[in-house]
Amino acid sequence: MGALLSSLTSSRYMLRMLIEIGHFALILAFGVGLVQMVLPLVGAHKGWRAWMAVAEPAASLQVVLVGFSFAVLTWAFVVSDFSVELVYLNSHTDKPMLYKISGVWGNHEGSLLLWVLILTIFGACAAWFGDNLPQSLRARVLAVQAAVSVAFYAFILFTSNPFNRLEFAPLNGRDLNPLLQDPGLAFHPPFLYLGYVGLSMTFSFAVAALIEGRVDAAWGRWVRPWTLAAWMFLTVGIALGSWWAYYELGWGGFWFWDPVENASFMPWLISAALLHSAIVVEKRETLKSWTILLAILAFGFSLLGTFIVRSGVLTSVHAFANDPERGVFILLILGIFLGGSLVLFAVRASAMQAQGVFGTVSRESALILNNILLAVSCFVVFIGTIWPLVAELVFDRTLSVGPPFFDAAFTPFMVALAVIMPLGSLLAWKRGRLNKAKGLLGALAFLAVAVAALAFAIQSGRSALGPVGLALGIWVIGGAGLDLWLNSGRGSVLDRLGRISRLPRAHWGKAVAHAGMGITILGVSGILAWQVEDIRVANPGETYDVGSYQITLQEVRRDQGPNYQTTIADILVQRNGREIAVLTPEKRFYPVAQMPTTEAGIANGVLRDIYAVIGDPQAQGGHAVRVYIKPLANWIWGGSILMALGGLLSLTDRRLRVAAGAARPVPAE
Amino acid sequence: MKRLILILMFLAAPLWAVQPDEVLDDPALEQRAREISTLLRCPVCQNESIDESNAIVAKELRLVLRERLVAGDTDAEVLDYMVARFGEFVLMRPNADGANLVLWLAAPTLLLLGLAIGWTTIRRRNVAAPAPLSDEEKAALDKIIGS
Repeated sequence: MGALLSSLTSSRYMLRMLIEIGHFALILAFGVGLVQMVLPLVGAHKGWRAWMAVAEPAASLQVVLVGFSFAVLTWAFVVSDFSVELVYLNSHTDKPMLYKISGVWGNHEGSLLLWVLILTIFGACAAWFGDNLPQSLRARVLAVQAAVSVAFYAFILFTSNPFNRLEFAPLNGRDLNPLLQDPGLAFHPPFLYLGYVGLSMTFSFAVAALIEGRVDAAWGRWVRPWTLAAWMFLTVGIALGSWWAYYELGWGGFWFWDPVENASFMPWLISAALLHSAIVVEKRETLKSWTILLAILAFGFSLLGTFIVRSGVLTSVHAFANDPERGVFILLILGIFLGGSLVLFAVRASAMQAQGVFGTVSRESALILNNILLAVSCFVVFIGTIWPLVAELVFDRTLSVGPPFFDAAFTPFMVALAVIMPLGSLLAWKRGRLNKAKGLLGALAFLAVAVAALAFAIQSGRSALGPVGLALGIWVIGGAGLDLWLNSGRGSVLDRLGRISRLPRAHWGKAVAHAGMGITILGVSGILAWQVEDIRVANPGETYDVGSYQITLQEVRRDQGPNYQTTIADILVQRNGREIAVLTPEKRFYPVAQMPTTEAGIANGVLRDIYAVIGDPQAQGGHAVRVYIKPLANWIWGGSILMALGGLLSLTDRRLRVAAGAARPVPAE
Repeated sequence: MKRLILILMFLAAPLWAVQPDEVLDDPALEQRAREISTLLRCPVCQNESIDESNAIVAKELRLVLRERLVAGDTDAEVLDYMVARFGEFVLMRPNADGANLVLWLAAPTLLLLGLAIGWTTIRRRNVAAPAPLSDEEKAALDKIIGS
């Protein structure tokens, strides 16, 4: 025993065993999760305080164990320990450090480890900051949260172990997919996971409330910060992914309705709906069972997204058949959690009595409409995503559902949402009238339509998409401004501005997020309606016009990057003889991964991006060059960041920050 | 050696979505070609239209598509021509026929259902508005607030 101990404490030995210790820590976390799943639940049922109290230290212990496990894997990537199979498959000594680290989650096994790490962090936050929750509710929330993590521990340990060793360590690794070696994509997965997993918290709250049989205003208030945080992270994650696609994939598309993108968009839509309905529960004690259902569905869509991405079932049914183990496992997790919670919902939902009373024209009604539109638009994405699978399995038809379907089927709901947004946000609770706002709203609508008509006249002959988007954007942004203005009371403009600046942060958050939505609408319609494209063969020294710009291909040269070779073009952009920018689009080749990538050269601007891509050398001399003028491109992501910022403002509101719900009497058991 | 790598690099480099040599001289016809090509899926890619794809097949399809247009086909005829050869799979926007009606009609149906449920909920929660305060009540209220 003493010998074993002394050899264990020998630091070199420990270091060599670190991978195994990390693996062991994960197994321990699995055990702790099992305990946290069972004891507090039984304790809450029987009213045994000691058993309920197990939940908090267990949640903390899980974070420590999984955190250690994750740190070990990261260390293996940082020092390029190729005896670990995962490191060998996804890393290389020449890779920049940022991408060595992002390589940890740039693969199936590592990304799942990140997933459970975030899961346990959220669980621990509920344990640490949940002092104001009734003890039984907190115990149940943590038990449900532990159940989710147990399922994922099992998934990792039995089907996707990141700590597998190779018998003989290779000299170097196989490198991460070059497309993933990019700052935008390095942080895209962590944000998405923070979002997905944040929704597991709302799920846990919903299931705990169903077990408890009680949903009240306090519950709405407790659950809202988690939903808000999850939605914010999803917003940032989706925006990062879209921005990456824009500059990396080489033709400046920003959204492709790809199954993997849809997988993140569905939880975003549902959590946006949940965010709004939780407000109704908090303020008006209505829509309770619907909110619970949304909370369950939001996490259900997160799991479905994981299933879609991780099983590969939608890219090809055959990919799924080749490696069914993982897919079946996630499907099982999805079935158990979604099925179980929906059964619980069916049994218990009738117990949720709505309290509030409201008129036909009221904030409540507007929010119900918001929820219907968001839920149905999520359903459009859902059915479009799974339809190829259903058609093949059930109807034996091999077909595709691509962007043209989604554009046609999804857009009307977003248009409707944008139309009602300013109206709903101005209506009062219970019984609203737009009398006070009627004049200003009318002026705003007139302005929006007038600008759109002007744009339609100027663009002569192009699709009406641009002007319609322009009108909607102005309507939504102006509506957000009116929302602030009309809540500033009476008096001089200066007084009112002063009062606006002192409005609660939650109010600002709402206005900023809504304005962000309007800005994104402007960006999307601008880029889709007014983009200019130019494809040609250009010789070095040649100058030509694209839109109102003069483009000169100056030089095409070759260079060597840390782990790639590259061809770089210098493209001078001028306007009326004045230099705007020198773009340097690249074509890179990563020899280890045997993959080429394109790096677009982009001159970012507030009103437009100039976007250049260099192509192949042509047989008759010169290079293929593509140049785009992309109007309002950055507004797409700028708007998304504003939406997330709005969420953050709302999250830091005093009402949520200072002991959420504490002011209300804690319901007795 | 370095030169060899560079040569290999260009050999390995993929063809590129819409090459300059593919573009038709007639801008109106080219515009139509571009629009149709976003509706056709590249048969060997994951969820890419032939307009975006770098694959050789996609290039060939783009050329065939332009040949058909130059030969005077309508948009629908070009799409039918492609479907006849590659199957329904190449259509990015599935036709609304047979089982596909479910795909197209499910969401509008759900919207109507949602609106109906939403409307009944709103009606059920809707109770007659309390009458506005009378002058006496207002005076009483002012007294309470004022004191």
